[in-house]
Amino acid sequence: MSEPSAQSDSWGVLSSLPGNPIMWVLILSELLVFGAFLLGFGGARLVYPDVFRAGQAALDVRMGGINTLLLVTSGLLAALAVEARRADRFGTMRLCLGGAGLLGVAFLVIKGLEWSREAALGHSLSSDTFFTLFYLMTGFHAAHVVMGLVVLAIIARYDSLENLETGTAFWHMVDMIWLLLFPVLYLTR
Amino acid sequence: MKYQSQKVALYYFGGALALFVVQVLVGTLAGTIYVVPNLLADVIPFNIVRMIHTNALIVWLLMGFFGCAYYLIPEEAETELHSPGLAILQFWLFLAGALAAVVGYLFHIHVGREFLEQPLWIKLAIVVVALMFLYNITLTVLKGRKTAITNVLLLGLWGIAVFFLFSLYNPSNLILDKMFWWWVVHLWVEGVWELVMASVLAFLMIKMTGVDREVVEKWLYVIIALALFSGILGTGHHYYWIGTPAYWQWIGSIFSTFEVLPFFAMVIFTFTMVWKGGRNHPNKAALLWSLGCSVFAFFGAGVWGFLHTLAPINYYTHGTQVTAAHGHLAFYGAYVMVNIAMFTYAMPQLLGRAPYNQVLNMVGFWVTSAAMAFMTFALTFAGVVQVHLQRVLGMTYMDVQDQVSLFYWFRLGAGVFVVLGVLMIVWSLVVPGARTREAVGYAPAE
Repeated sequence: MSEPSAQSDSWGVLSSLPGNPIMWVLILSELLVFGAFLLGFGGARLVYPDVFRAGQAALDVRMGGINTLLLVTSGLLAALAVEARRADRFGTMRLCLGGAGLLGVAFLVIKGLEWSREAALGHSLSSDTFFTLFYLMTGFHAAHVVMGLVVLAIIARYDSLENLETGTAFWHMVDMIWLLLFPVLYLTR
Repeated sequence: MKYQSQKVALYYFGGALALFVVQVLVGTLAGTIYVVPNLLADVIPFNIVRMIHTNALIVWLLMGFFGCAYYLIPEEAETELHSPGLAILQFWLFLAGALAAVVGYLFHIHVGREFLEQPLWIKLAIVVVALMFLYNITLTVLKGRKTAITNVLLLGLWGIAVFFLFSLYNPSNLILDKMFWWWVVHLWVEGVWELVMASVLAFLMIKMTGVDREVVEKWLYVIIALALFSGILGTGHHYYWIGTPAYWQWIGSIFSTFEVLPFFAMVIFTFTMVWKGGRNHPNKAALLWSLGCSVFAFFGAGVWGFLHTLAPINYYTHGTQVTAAHGHLAFYGAYVMVNIAMFTYAMPQLLGRAPYNQVLNMVGFWVTSAAMAFMTFALTFAGVVQVHLQRVLGMTYMDVQDQVSLFYWFRLGAGVFVVLGVLMIVWSLVVPGARTREAVGYAPAE
């Protein structure tokens, strides 16, 4: 077990993935939790179709759409940062990481505006099942964006290819979960 | 055993086993009162009997954890314990506090929160005991080798102490009272205790299967990550119908559903390690307890917990015998068995004997485990019938109790067998075997 390759092999399928395998354990757990939320959302929607239709109609699709573009672009920049690091272009890497982080902050600002808009319309965490789930799912997701920004800051500070791959894997997970939440929460009628 | 100071663990193991016997005897008495309701009603009311049953359980499990830590930490940290004298003093103080609490209960000196019935001065004494313990083990780890096992164990033990502090906070608002009560109860058994359990199992796997430390540590990290990930917000499954906002039903249902994962991972972990490492270790009984622990914890804590964790189901089952079924098998599988696994592994080493009374110990395992499984089924059926009669058909509580009395007789029968099994286990651990040997012929495989 002294050889590093043999050691990483003992993680099974996870060792073939980029970054630290324990991050993939976290990512899989996150997918399970958000998957369960999506299932719960689908189930509740079947039970209360009218509540969900009214709730969705009250959402601002443009804000959700802009946020989608922001996060996807941010994810692209994170991927470019890894590419740059592999090619030893450190300046580009830092620029891309900084850009990814800034877009993450912009996502949070818009999310905040969106929540305050909904709050002004009288929609709270306890209004009805739709808004309970809307706030919980977008809230948990936003908490992950905040955590992702911390992770991006850490990997910018403690530079190594493994750290970069580990941190950006988390960021892509945050990005991907939004890509699932956006159509389910805002678009599907 | 490599370090002399590990011997202080014997005090804790002995005290824990004595309280284990008290716990199951009083449990049998409580089970008898269920079917003969006026038994001893004027001498020791049922609420006091139940209090002694549950408090004795918690105290002996904690005492066992302390002993596990005192045995495991010097060996992992590769150094003598910081202060064996303090550890012995701590034991007597803890035992005296526990006995004082029980005597107080008999004279109706107690407060009203379930499981935390100890008067304030006993709670403060527990805090002092915890500080003595944490000081001792933390300094030992700091001066010695730091391993994943010692780190996780310390995290778990510090967590136990920190969350116990919430027992001192008792808001007059009943909803807040319950919310913070769960910070002790839930964040113990579905949070930090799992860290203790996982690290003790990891230690036993390293010692008994000979699988590389790196592999065991990876499993340990995955298990505790899953435990904390699901368990912390899983607290929400206790917040249904107690006056908290309804969104807790979603948070509790979703996160606690995944509380089964760390227990499932422990089953895969222990069986994979034994399968990879071979089963040549002479202490077959300790291996049996380790494997049994992960399996029974998976069913008791994981599966029986999931049965009623989803809010729409819990709406019907809340506070019925379904909860009692889950509680009994979860405590037995996760925390009783991990303690007995460690006692079975460590006591022959501490007493300088070869593993002795292996057969009796293993018979004790099967008798106790089978009886606990039977008790769990009896209570589960009682719970299902109770839910239907009481929550669906709307019969009154006491009328329903009459209807399910047959299951309570089954539970009492199972309880008698549990007592028998426990006596076998305790006898096999405490009373020297015929084939006592000077030196222990099996060195830890590492």
